[in-house]
Amino acid sequence: MIANFGFGTLIISFVVSLYGIGAAVYGARRNALAWAESARAAMLLTWPLLTLTAASLIYLLVTGHYEVQFVYNVTSNAMPLYLRVTALWGGQAGSLVFWSWLMAAFASAVTLRSWERDREFQPWVIVVSLVTLAFFLGLIIFLENPFVRFWQTANGMQVVSMFQPSGGALLLPPDGRGLNPLLRHPGMIIHPPMLYLGFVSFVIPYAFAIAALVTGRSDDRWIRITRRWTLVAWLFLSLGLVLGSRWAYDVLGWGGYWGWDPVEIAAFMPWLSGTAFLHSVMIQEKRGLFKRWNLILIIITYSLVIFGTFLTRSGVLSSVHAFAQSSIGPLFFGFISVTFLISMALLLHRWNDLRSQGHMTSLLSREALFLVNNLLFMGILVVCMWGVLFPLVSELFTGQKVTVGPPFYERAAGPLFGALVFLMGIAPLSAWGHSTVKTLGRAVWKPSLAALAILIVAIVSGVQNGAALAAIFVIALTACITVYEYGRGVAARMRRSGENPLAALWRLAGRNRRRYGGYIIHLGVTLMAVGIIGIEMFQTETQGALKPGESLQLGRYAVTFRSLAQFDTPDGRSVARAVVGVSRDGQPLGELYPRRDFYYDTQQPMTIPGVRSSIEDDLYVLLVDWQPISSEGATFKVYHNPLVNWLWVGGLVFILGTFVAAWPSREEPVPVRVPAQLVTEP
Amino acid sequence: MRNTPASWGILQRNTLEVFYYFIKEETIQRMKLFIGILLFTAVLFSLAPGKGFPAQTEPSLAATPAAVTDDQVNAIARELYCPVCENVPLDVCPTQACAQWRDLIRQKLIAGWNEGQIKEYFALQYGDRVLAEPPRRGLNWLVYILPPVIFLAGFLILFQTLRRLKNAPQTDSPASPPTETIDPYLSRLEEELRRREKE
Repeated sequence: MIANFGFGTLIISFVVSLYGIGAAVYGARRNALAWAESARAAMLLTWPLLTLTAASLIYLLVTGHYEVQFVYNVTSNAMPLYLRVTALWGGQAGSLVFWSWLMAAFASAVTLRSWERDREFQPWVIVVSLVTLAFFLGLIIFLENPFVRFWQTANGMQVVSMFQPSGGALLLPPDGRGLNPLLRHPGMIIHPPMLYLGFVSFVIPYAFAIAALVTGRSDDRWIRITRRWTLVAWLFLSLGLVLGSRWAYDVLGWGGYWGWDPVEIAAFMPWLSGTAFLHSVMIQEKRGLFKRWNLILIIITYSLVIFGTFLTRSGVLSSVHAFAQSSIGPLFFGFISVTFLISMALLLHRWNDLRSQGHMTSLLSREALFLVNNLLFMGILVVCMWGVLFPLVSELFTGQKVTVGPPFYERAAGPLFGALVFLMGIAPLSAWGHSTVKTLGRAVWKPSLAALAILIVAIVSGVQNGAALAAIFVIALTACITVYEYGRGVAARMRRSGENPLAALWRLAGRNRRRYGGYIIHLGVTLMAVGIIGIEMFQTETQGALKPGESLQLGRYAVTFRSLAQFDTPDGRSVARAVVGVSRDGQPLGELYPRRDFYYDTQQPMTIPGVRSSIEDDLYVLLVDWQPISSEGATFKVYHNPLVNWLWVGGLVFILGTFVAAWPSREEPVPVRVPAQLVTEP
Repeated sequence: MRNTPASWGILQRNTLEVFYYFIKEETIQRMKLFIGILLFTAVLFSLAPGKGFPAQTEPSLAATPAAVTDDQVNAIARELYCPVCENVPLDVCPTQACAQWRDLIRQKLIAGWNEGQIKEYFALQYGDRVLAEPPRRGLNWLVYILPPVIFLAGFLILFQTLRRLKNAPQTDSPASPPTETIDPYLSRLEEELRRREKE
């Protein structure tokens, strides 16, 4: 039986993980190389084992073994093959298997690196990875087993269990319940894996940080080893967030991309602390400052990663994402608390060894500005955390359920985001160690003039909202400075070596990928900010019931109801599809087809918008309601979302920049230069 | 941990040190004052009666039925949350129940209620969770007060750390060289840029 086989491999990998933890701890404490090596072998064994587990589950999903409860819950006969495969992460048990499989892959990959310079880290990295893995495997085996099956006992009772009850026979339902329709979307095929990849890869820098703390190595070796891992983690997390927003925009039918839903925030929080970490490690690398702070940040990030998985999976906070609800909440909470407390205790234990090795020369230096950046990221994190937790606090103490919605987050985090964008422009201009108002001013005045020009254009073209104008100025300033920085570098190269501008740009970015990749990311953020300002501050909407031939006017656009058809599709949907004509200033622009899909298997409707998209704006039409006889009319909701495409373009630029920053250099192998004064004897 | 018996002592000592590291005597004084003010404010707010149901429940007969458009209904519905499906704004919720609630808003509008009254009515009927934000009373003030307080505390800690680091005597090493010397190419680039600036 495939289900038994899958469960067996799961058990073996759990036992192997536990063994690995023991062997690694013993090997490290007794300095027994053979044990440490055995732990490494155990670590490497988990991935093939979990691959077999995942493969068995996918086999069951694809072949429609509905006697398995998980398969019954997330697939149905009507679903195409690709959706049956991706249904693996469509439910709680399967997504925990998927999480563990990814975790094992990353942890195995990291044990394959060459360890000559830092052999003492290895057992502890393995311990941290395996403890995390074992926790998830334990959850799966004892609480969320995806392989449990339906049985009929001799006395006619229906039971759900892993093993055959005495005298029981397998129950084979003819069809499953089918996947939640919200998840039957191409965006959902890649969004969760990206997010999970981001989550699990943040475990690696954390594991190295803990290894450094345990072994008492106080230099920045752990940071240098994990720099690229952190970037990769961050890349996947960013991709996951962008794809998730895009999915929400395309599928959820509320005209937006981000609803400050607790589960969105849960994925956003590790990104916030991770971003702060990415910046602040540079201070330690360059100046030997704030070692303790970096450790705190990576510990927080790890806790938030587990917390994020917990929020999306436990259903403790009800939200549109709470597809999978179960009772694993307390265990997650316990695991987060224990790992957090142990990590902090380790940090306190080493506190004195982790003194800063430099001193601050200027409050305008790059390191000081990076700290302000950290403060802002942490500020946003506090707002998010508190907003997510407060409804629970309120329910706990007063019994009153409350909602903390978008207005709270926008008011509290909006100014912090603005300050961050501003800082993003200024900070790259300041130098490490020393900067003064004068040096900063000299670098900033030309881009400021350009930004001022853009502001004036905005005022002339009729923008009156003060907050919007402030935002436009800050974004313009940051974009101009970033482009100007590139320009300066390119010009310098061209003068020196007579290269043409493109070659100069290419080589410039190639020679210092981290710096210029970072600038590309910053440019991406400013583009995204333009899109966000557009949709957040200038979105307009209208709604109306139309008879065929009638139109709804929104700004310069008119939406005309032409016809509506209702039909069934072979994959089990009842579709109501409207045809509307769109025109701007009386010029016809074509047709849109907003529709409402009703899924028979899950009895759920989906509202799919008709969208006309351009770089200038989106016209987003929703079919809200219709009369049974279509000639009588239908109700439409129309959103005008200015500039929203800049958000997606900015997202692409952002991802591209991350690739540039993370790409391994061919010219110079990763420099492992620890400046002499930073080395302390452990 | 290498020497376990001593570990606990080190842990305790270091914990205290961390505490004093961040918090100087004068800061403690200031924080006491601050927390005092905070508590006092919180008590004041929690004593203050919550806004009751508006006295005026009699519908005024001003609005005419035909004048209520979907957009007016949505303008209110978007600031309310679906009482059954959590975290879904009422204006976009596709369920039948929410359609009926939107109809209720329409009827209240027709009856001449204003936005504030309708929101109060919904909050009274279905609990505070239908509001997009917790109403500002009692414990709910925490949601608005805590983030700025933590942010300010962070700012204070940051400022003190920076000042301390700036005033710290140069310790073990000669002034760390500016990074640019670590990467010879970068230093050349900076040099080039400086020269350009002077021209």
